Amino acid sequence: MSEFIQTNVQPYFNFWIYVVLMMIGLWALIAKNNLIKKLIGMSIFQTAIILFYVSLGVKDGSTIPILDHHGPEHHETADAGHDDVHEKEHGKKAEPHHADDHVGPNPDTIANPLPHVLMLTAIVVGVSTLGVALAIGQMIFKEFGTLEENEILEQIKAGNVDD
Amino acid sequence: MLTKVFATIAVVITGGLLLYGVSDFPAFGDPHSPANAGVGNEESISQYFITQTYKDTKVPNIVTAVLADYRGYDTMFETVVIFAAGIAIFAILRVTGNEAEKKSIKPPLDSSINGDHQRIIVGTTCRIVIPVVQMFALYVVAHGHHSPGGGFQGGVILGASFILVAMSEDLNAALRRFSEKTYLTLACVGILIYAGFGLMCQFLERNFLDYGILQKVLFTDGPEMARSHSMLGVEVGVAFTVTAIMFAIYANLSSRGVLKNGL
Repeated sequence: MSEFIQTNVQPYFNFWIYVVLMMIGLWALIAKNNLIKKLIGMSIFQTAIILFYVSLGVKDGSTIPILDHHGPEHHETADAGHDDVHEKEHGKKAEPHHADDHVGPNPDTIANPLPHVLMLTAIVVGVSTLGVALAIGQMIFKEFGTLEENEILEQIKAGNVDD
Repeated sequence: MLTKVFATIAVVITGGLLLYGVSDFPAFGDPHSPANAGVGNEESISQYFITQTYKDTKVPNIVTAVLADYRGYDTMFETVVIFAAGIAIFAILRVTGNEAEKKSIKPPLDSSINGDHQRIIVGTTCRIVIPVVQMFALYVVAHGHHSPGGGFQGGVILGASFILVAMSEDLNAALRRFSEKTYLTLACVGILIYAGFGLMCQFLERNFLDYGILQKVLFTDGPEMARSHSMLGVEVGVAFTVTAIMFAIYANLSSRGVLKNGL
């Protein structure tokens, strides 16, 4: 039983959680009547996507994508100026050089930085869109006196909108 | 009711398809997944970043280096997105003149009911906390290419410190320290700093945001250090814009665009 969990559940468990979170967000976006609750759904959806991307960059036993650059050894390897072609080998070759006091640029020991960068961007866009959405929500409330979608639609159908 | 039924069906179908797709994913934490190690013998872009960033830029924080140098265009227009959001909120909410008088919210806290002692606790705490928060924000910006941090993060912390002033006292107190004119100017200045670094590279006959050539202007040892210093400059620009716009969003939303009294 525990073997089954280890091979079939553990590697995918967090992806399932992101899918469930995304479903919660999507459901709130579609089914909720209150505009603010829709925005909360949108935020949950965004969070699920962000978590998903960040978890793609996780490597077992890896550290944060910030290099330890102290010590003179690193400058030697940095100035060595190897070609771009054999980076993988270079990373592994360089490892014994500075295995003593810090992590060398071996890709397997450092978490994937690219998802972090992309999600930093996504978080920022999320904040901006949320801010604009809240501002529009405030104007809708000022115009209609409610944030319930069906009541707003009724008012629009009745023609209670001053252009 | 019918909407909810249809919504549930749509969500369950979407979620079911995604859950089915998950089984084809590489396992969580697999260092040799395509995203981490590339497909076949080809090196993935993230491996290039990990192995080459320090050589190219002398910046140990790979995330900042990728953000501000390799993906400099993206980050610049990211900053423009924030700026645009701030301007959009300004355009939607901001009212002045007679209309502002009508819409102005009365101060919600009646000090006679609320009691002065509560204000003393909140006020004193904030007076102690805010300078520390601001210094930490400046550290996060200035040290962002050597430790976790950067322009966006530091900018948000700095903006939060002004929001803390607005919440602990009132919006007027925050606006006395960081007026509308100041924050709108600061937002523009931030983007101009970023674009200015890009244009400077163009004037020195390189591509837009190709910082290496700035060694001629910054008098550094080589193009790597020029990249490192330019990243710091660019991050400062980002921090200006983010600080200003974060506070602008709060100020406009909390006072319904009147910029007076507020929550």
